[in-house]
Amino acid sequence: MIEQQVGASTVFMLNYQALRGFFYRHRERTIALVLLAIALSAIASLAIITLFIFKEGLPIIVRMGLDRFLLSSDWYPLEGEFGIFPMIVGSLAVTAGAMVIGGTLGLSCAIVLIQFCPPRAVIFLKPCIELLAGIPSVVYGFIGVMFLVPLIRDYLGGPGLSVLASSVVLGVMILPTVTSISVDALQAVPPRYREGSIAIGATEWQTTHRVLLKAARSGIVAAIILGMGRAVGETMAVIMVAGNTLELPHSILDPVRTLTSNIALEMSYATGDHRKALFATGVILFVIVMFLNTIALTISRNRRSDKK
Amino acid sequence: MSNISDLNDKRTTRMRVVMIVMVTVAMATLCLSCSKDTERPINVIGSTSMQPFAEMLSQEFNKRHPDANVEVQGGGSTAGIEAVRSDIADIGMCSRYLKKDEALDSVTIALDGLAIIVHHSNPIQELSLQQIQDIFVGKTITGWSQVGGRDLPIRMITREEGSGTREAFMNLVMHKVRISRKALTQESNGAVRELVRNDPAAIGYMSQGLVMGEAKILGLEKILGVNGIVPTHATVSSGEYPLVRPFLFVTKGKPIPKAQEFIDFVLSEPGQTMLEMEGLVRAKQQVKP
Repeated sequence: MIEQQVGASTVFMLNYQALRGFFYRHRERTIALVLLAIALSAIASLAIITLFIFKEGLPIIVRMGLDRFLLSSDWYPLEGEFGIFPMIVGSLAVTAGAMVIGGTLGLSCAIVLIQFCPPRAVIFLKPCIELLAGIPSVVYGFIGVMFLVPLIRDYLGGPGLSVLASSVVLGVMILPTVTSISVDALQAVPPRYREGSIAIGATEWQTTHRVLLKAARSGIVAAIILGMGRAVGETMAVIMVAGNTLELPHSILDPVRTLTSNIALEMSYATGDHRKALFATGVILFVIVMFLNTIALTISRNRRSDKK
Repeated sequence: MSNISDLNDKRTTRMRVVMIVMVTVAMATLCLSCSKDTERPINVIGSTSMQPFAEMLSQEFNKRHPDANVEVQGGGSTAGIEAVRSDIADIGMCSRYLKKDEALDSVTIALDGLAIIVHHSNPIQELSLQQIQDIFVGKTITGWSQVGGRDLPIRMITREEGSGTREAFMNLVMHKVRISRKALTQESNGAVRELVRNDPAAIGYMSQGLVMGEAKILGLEKILGVNGIVPTHATVSSGEYPLVRPFLFVTKGKPIPKAQEFIDFVLSEPGQTMLEMEGLVRAKQQVKP
């Protein structure tokens, strides 16, 4: 019956009245189709971006050889030398630092908010922490350059622009991500776990440490990995406080250049192979971020299936 | 049943009217904003070193010619040349000599010294060209004590790959030698100056025009002499100071009349005086090949 109708109306497609009738009769399906098209366009943009980055970046990786591109420390784009090893190390070092600082702070915040804080204070504190996410990254960078960098230079030595400075700035930047997702994970732990633990005589801290954190473990790991994803991709603040040298860092007080800052620093000038090499840098970055996000997704999916 | 469809019809009609009104408004706005296009702005794009000077000149020019609209954007020398070539810009700003394969017309609007700057507390007064090169190579000279200064490591600050200031520095000081990988990289003259101001061990290079006035007033950074010659208007103009580069306006063939007017204004007496007041050295009005 329905198939007949559809068939009939396609015959009269050109007829406006018939078309209008068709829409009226199939309003819900039409709306669903339109929404589907819009939803697909979001995915299409991801596909197009991926395609474009790979199309621009892959040829130079293939020409140089993946191992030379990834493991060479010679980045002299005007002489045709493209080795991004120091930048990969830089990105990883800065991200690891950010994870230690942001992870510790974020998780502590989450525990305090869930376990040791009067509910009224939570209503005030949680939005405050989430507000941190709304501060533009250039402001973080500026504060880093004006206050953090001179402090490090004067009290710890080195140029101040360093892995440490970027880690601290990024750590604060990922704090809201880590906190709010960890809070969600901790809240999702069934209350009877906590009640049971208290009932058999465990203290608040033992309950938190042995029961809550264990039960919410996968959610917390996912939170930290999502924070890492943000830290790896952050650009502006890092350009301002990392120093952007091409040398491998030997300590946390040494300056570094990250993959993102390499792209942003040189993009406006680059032409030809240099430009392609920057896209290739983007490909590597893309792969790293995708890898991190996939891990985060897999972990949080496992958590959901655990519950069932 | 028919009532419901009537109601639906009414509703859709109203919806349609709203939609039509919205689309009309949107189109009208679009048309209005496009109609401004008849007074197309003259786009001046390129070197970040030249940007502040060009902005100042364009403001003055726009004041004198209310019908004209000169817009200045940064991006870097190479980006400026690229923009002229692809007709995005009417005039490109380039703070180095053109390369042979960049077959475009250029006119020198001013000369600029490349100032070597250090922290104000640094006791060093001057360096030789060779010493500067060795410092930036970072192999033989790594501490200030090696050039007669205090016992501090040298922290060199360079500009990013592709910057006109960096290229001028490469041509004038480094020649074919690479700058050390240890050099901190900053993306603008301002960022370089900011670092040098705050770090007693730093050395950097930047546009003399941008640093001169403020260095004298604030005294936060010190301009070094090179080969015994301090950069001043006289020494840059005579070519005595070894680190001099041109500020070029680059065009593809003959520019459109309005753009030509702007170039003429910059080269005229008032324009050149303005540049001189800001610390640059007036051009000798010759066209470089």
